[in-house]
Amino acid sequence: MAIAQDKNPEKIGDGDYLDFEQKVADFDRQMDELRRLSSIKGIDYSAEVRRLQQEQVAELKQIYSQLTAWQTVQVARHPKRPLLPDYLNLMVKDFRELHGDRCFGDDRAMVAGFGQIGREKVLIVGQNKGRGLKEKVACNFGCANPEGYRKALAKMKFAAKFGIPVVTLIDTPGAYPGIGAEERGQAQAIAVNLFEMSRLPVPVICICIGEGGSGGALGIGVGDRLAMLEFSYYSVISPEGCAGILWRDGSQAPEAAEALKLTSKDLLKLKLVDEAIAEPLGGAHRNIHDTVYNVEQYIIRTLAVLKRTKLETLLENRYAKLRAVGSEPTAVLRDKEHKTKIKTIEIKHVKPKSVPAKA
Amino acid sequence: MPIMAKEAKSKWNGFSLKKRKEMPDGLWTRCPACEHMLYKSAVEKNLNVCPECDYHFRIDALTRIGYLVDEGSFEETHDHLTSNDPLDFNFRGTTYRQRLKADENKSGSKEAMRIGKAFIKGRGVVLAVMEPNFLMGSMGYVVGEKLCLAVEKAIEEKLPLVAICSSGGARMHEGVVSLGQMAKTSAALAKFDKEGGFFISVMTDPTTGGVTASFAMLGDCLIAEPKALIGFAGPRTIAETIKVELPDGFQTAEFMLEHGFVDMIVHRKDLRSEIARLIDYCQK
Repeated sequence: MAIAQDKNPEKIGDGDYLDFEQKVADFDRQMDELRRLSSIKGIDYSAEVRRLQQEQVAELKQIYSQLTAWQTVQVARHPKRPLLPDYLNLMVKDFRELHGDRCFGDDRAMVAGFGQIGREKVLIVGQNKGRGLKEKVACNFGCANPEGYRKALAKMKFAAKFGIPVVTLIDTPGAYPGIGAEERGQAQAIAVNLFEMSRLPVPVICICIGEGGSGGALGIGVGDRLAMLEFSYYSVISPEGCAGILWRDGSQAPEAAEALKLTSKDLLKLKLVDEAIAEPLGGAHRNIHDTVYNVEQYIIRTLAVLKRTKLETLLENRYAKLRAVGSEPTAVLRDKEHKTKIKTIEIKHVKPKSVPAKA
Repeated sequence: MPIMAKEAKSKWNGFSLKKRKEMPDGLWTRCPACEHMLYKSAVEKNLNVCPECDYHFRIDALTRIGYLVDEGSFEETHDHLTSNDPLDFNFRGTTYRQRLKADENKSGSKEAMRIGKAFIKGRGVVLAVMEPNFLMGSMGYVVGEKLCLAVEKAIEEKLPLVAICSSGGARMHEGVVSLGQMAKTSAALAKFDKEGGFFISVMTDPTTGGVTASFAMLGDCLIAEPKALIGFAGPRTIAETIKVELPDGFQTAEFMLEHGFVDMIVHRKDLRSEIARLIDYCQK
């Protein structure tokens, strides 16, 4: 395993509380204090600690059941949120990473490789944002360059040749906007990915595990199923970017986030994602194991369904699913045409002489 | 002298952000590239290309269609489709519906794309032309839908598809719905490709964002207009992200040609004949 992992990713330290979690932080501080006292003075405070724990759980439930869109974005960007390497370590057996796009280089922001999830052999493709400054820089903060997208596609085609299903884990603020990226055709790389993934002859499951930023997320996000973790977000533009364009003021991001309808709840309502995978109490960063387990179960369950489907039907369904996004005007239109046709025929048959000249 | 200076100072009230009124409206125009003052009618006669420096002005869809197709041959379809605001987009009182209304009045078009059948030098084509004046020519679900309808028409009638792209990208007012259009149009074009259809994509100023990263780059043949801005991220976004001054000629059509992402750069006046010739080459 070449991918480094955090020593103790689950421990929530002092700096890891989001600003709307201050009460939770207070509870933790009080409990730490009691534990410290009991160890020094030998007094048993365990009943007190238990009571605080219960209150904290109630508080977390309260907070996380009504997160605003902007708070969801903050949870999705939480520094301790499980990243791709956590999933690879906990969920995938026998991971074999495959490097390079065979054209330009190896993009560390994009990881691809074979592995086993449950009993299924799969190809895992995903973006790695990296933990710690050094790794973050190496991974370009999860912003892939064109070679990353080309690498992803090359490995997917490789897997498709041998009938191995593809699982993509999306976690990126967006495709990298840089001079080199433009020189090497960022737009073309993403476009080709969309084009080829829409007809890749194996089951493709896409899961947004953190940030789903625009075209960079979509570049590995076209498949038979699109699921999201409960507190991840998926958006056409970052809230900051949206506020910047509309108001020339990036600090209006919270309101922009609300307007963009980027949470799993809203997207589920709009039928743009197939499933929201539940996160443990207090967000994925509070219990990485449970989060990964939920994702694993979703993959196993969905793969079982998709593998039973005949390949032709699978591709037809995928096309129909992609084609149906926002095709409601056509449905209305077809209905209209249909009705008008019937009308004219009726009039002609019933009253042939009194047909007015107008159309 | 001090009195005069004082007088001048009292008259001067700071730099104004308003555009200076130098010319009477409608008669003259200034070329944004070479800054020459030009007669509007002369520019229009020259297909909205600057006679001095060959700058291609941005033109609306109907003018473009007028330049491109045989006279009177364009039959528009689905022109009544409008977006019904899937997200109920409302950002500090700015609603998407208001923007749609305003831009409909401004551009005279109901959406950022017009599709239809036409003839180019006698060759039948299905044409999809984007409207840069309608919400920056951004791709909402109606644009995606219209392109898919055009693709389906082209498959049905076995005609080549010509798309004239000019767009700022995906339409953020429609959120993930508009992001889905990238996948949708690409999937439709994958189908078109499988059916052996011929797709010519013409990229004009500007083609950026989600449109470049989907159907604009998926043509069998990619044509660009001279000096058009073509790219994924906008130049301002890049400059803000990497905090470096961008090189000259970055993200222009010539830059794209040099880096191997377009087949040819074609002057507006040659576009008709060039498309006709390509169709002749690729006709089965």
